[in-house]
Amino acid sequence: MRLRWLSLRALLQSAVICSALALPGPIANAQGQDRAPQYFQSDIQYGAQIFASQCTSCHGENGDMVPGVNFHAGQFKRVLSDNDLRLTITNGVPGTAMQPFTFGASEITGLVSYLRNMNSFSAQGLLVGNPARGRTLFEGAGNCVSCHAVNGKGPRVAPDLGDIGALRTAELIHRTLLDPAASMLPANRPVRAVTLDGKVINGRRLNEDTYTVQLIDEQERLLSLSKADLREFTVLKSTPMPSYKDKFSSQEFADLEAYLLSLRGVK
Amino acid sequence: MNPRLRASCLLLFLGSLIPCSLCAQVTNERLLHANDEPQNWLTYSGSYASQRYSALQQINASNVKNLELKWVFQAQSLQKFEATPLVVDGIMYLTQSPDDVVALDAKTGRAFWIYHYATSPASRPCCGIVNRGVAILGDSLFMATVDAHLVAIDAKNGHALWNVKLAEAAAGYAMTMAPLVVKDKVIVGVAGGEFGVRGFIAAFEARTGKEAWRFDTIPKPGEPGHESWRGGDWEHGSAAVWVTGSYDPELNLTYWGTGNPGPDWNPEQRPGDNLYSDSAVALDPDTGKLKWYYQFTPGDPYDYDSVQIPVLVNANWNGAPRKLMLWGNRNGFFYVLDRGTGKFLAGRPFVKVNWASGIDSNGRPILTPQPPGVPTFPGIQGGTNWYSPSYSPRTGLFYLSTWENYATIFSGVNADYREGQRYTGGANTSPIPGADNPAGQRQGPVNTYTEALARGAVVALNPETGKQEWKFDMHDVNTSGILTTASDLLFVGGREGYFQSLDARTGALLWKQNLGGEIIAGPMTYQIDGNQYVSIASGNSLFTFALRQ
Repeated sequence: MRLRWLSLRALLQSAVICSALALPGPIANAQGQDRAPQYFQSDIQYGAQIFASQCTSCHGENGDMVPGVNFHAGQFKRVLSDNDLRLTITNGVPGTAMQPFTFGASEITGLVSYLRNMNSFSAQGLLVGNPARGRTLFEGAGNCVSCHAVNGKGPRVAPDLGDIGALRTAELIHRTLLDPAASMLPANRPVRAVTLDGKVINGRRLNEDTYTVQLIDEQERLLSLSKADLREFTVLKSTPMPSYKDKFSSQEFADLEAYLLSLRGVK
Repeated sequence: MNPRLRASCLLLFLGSLIPCSLCAQVTNERLLHANDEPQNWLTYSGSYASQRYSALQQINASNVKNLELKWVFQAQSLQKFEATPLVVDGIMYLTQSPDDVVALDAKTGRAFWIYHYATSPASRPCCGIVNRGVAILGDSLFMATVDAHLVAIDAKNGHALWNVKLAEAAAGYAMTMAPLVVKDKVIVGVAGGEFGVRGFIAAFEARTGKEAWRFDTIPKPGEPGHESWRGGDWEHGSAAVWVTGSYDPELNLTYWGTGNPGPDWNPEQRPGDNLYSDSAVALDPDTGKLKWYYQFTPGDPYDYDSVQIPVLVNANWNGAPRKLMLWGNRNGFFYVLDRGTGKFLAGRPFVKVNWASGIDSNGRPILTPQPPGVPTFPGIQGGTNWYSPSYSPRTGLFYLSTWENYATIFSGVNADYREGQRYTGGANTSPIPGADNPAGQRQGPVNTYTEALARGAVVALNPETGKQEWKFDMHDVNTSGILTTASDLLFVGGREGYFQSLDARTGALLWKQNLGGEIIAGPMTYQIDGNQYVSIASGNSLFTFALRQ
């Protein structure tokens, strides 16, 4: 489901722009959780925006309009764990006005993160991005299109980002823009292989097992190499992707992240 | 010839046409000496000693390259396939998820019959709807079900003989193991360690299904060991049992491993050692009385289930013959115990470990808990897990599947007990950004987190020294059981889907075949008409190999 950015206008009116980069890391607020209890500011912010656009008509801005439920106070009717919360959002509650929502994984992570931290979250600190401006950055100043395609438009040297908003959480996207080498999916790491006859192959790893490695090389060819046929095989921890830490302003980060989160694949 | 005599002769003649395989009875005597009939595979682990070792040697280092696929059984299930089949005189008995039994011609893979069990939808096993196999005695098969029933089935026609309920599936009790038959009893344990159950091991009369005894893995007030619990914590203290035990007929003891205390990751809710969680327990199979116990991970905050196969070995220890128990534990240590007394003899790490610096002379771990936010090695899935190890009496080595360089950032949180709900109390994360935690659930063909998360291996350990004699590295983590044979071959799978044969003395790769699906079961072998077969479950199918003719 695409975000309804226009409906965030009310939230925007009260928002004071601050640096998303200065916000703290994980927030542990995990009473009664059985897993995934670390909440990140980027996810919480993303969840706040989804909540404002999708949930407030029934639950109210403070999450306390449904009898017996008060998100702000951590009061739920039937939810114990984060997984319960995910299931309730996805499946709805039969016989009530709570309908099933077809959110993607990153949206649900955002919503759960927000609902679990509503009591400590302040919209005063919310920085809301504009996906249209983010696209301009993606295609322009960021020069992302020199390596990344979006739904088949562009090069294949780096992963196609056409569904990145469905695959990666807001927090992971944020972290990747700051420190791409550390956040890169290990399977995507650049590899260098030298065959027994001295041929050098550079590419991006797609998969690997004990005996073989699958990659896409610089000529965008899909290759499967047998390690027994290689003289050298190196997995690099560096990445050609630059960090945008000092390149973009906080607002530009928010815009770029909003654009990336809006990329949800071909439907 | 008078009609009665003629009829009798006809019956005798017809009887002679029926293969003896359909007449065979699996007596206690046969189970006791399972190693003497290596053409069969009579128990989950191959014998009561659970060495997963076969005396067969037709397939050897020089001809293993000629192995070819003979047949495939495609399970009617998309659940994980963790079963080891039995083979009795040419007939294979295999389970498929959730709780079906299939009788197959072990030579061709053609089915004689299938028994469908209607598993209750109330069942809620924590980690996959799996069934690891059956046990046999006489003409009866015994299957533990995911909804915590024990069922006896006629081995000739797949008809149910009796069905007993052990516990409430809706409360989180389940069974995933293959039962163990000892004398006239069928012994099983219950899973449910993530639901705050109170674990137990129970024995049932094989003929009637009547419960003979029950050993609670958490002692109640007044029983020895109860002092290791605070207040009412024991009531939901778990200590589940979900892989098959072993049996020493000379000592008349049956050995079982127990699982984590509950809630899994929040020891503050259950201070104390939490007996008999994460322990080996030795029971009298006639009465269920506890003879001894040894606790591997007291007050465990890591979910280091001691649910591994107890491997029984008679070998020299410090120059004198001794009845040993070898145990590759999920907590990353390889243990040697005296199985007559439970005395701790040795405990050495086989993977990177930082939760303890070693095991003291009393067998207690020397704890080195990591500060908050710092990765603990091994991670949640352990240095190994429930995957069957193997011991070869020829090489004297213990073989184990491992997860190498694998960690979790553990964090406990309060958990409220509600019947049938998860009761785990964990806020754990992976040190690898974005990686699932636990990481053991991936079943797809792409290894997304690669070596950054962990690698796998087969390690060969010298029991007396703990020294690693060799290691076979795998790129992905190793979730497979291991089989060794008298021709010094080792068979092992792995999460990548390769089925491999290694030289058991050196670890050298001799043969491999990509089966295309994660291997999370143990290989086994048998022989029919002079031909040795090797079977392994991969993905959703069972593959059977033999030498090219």
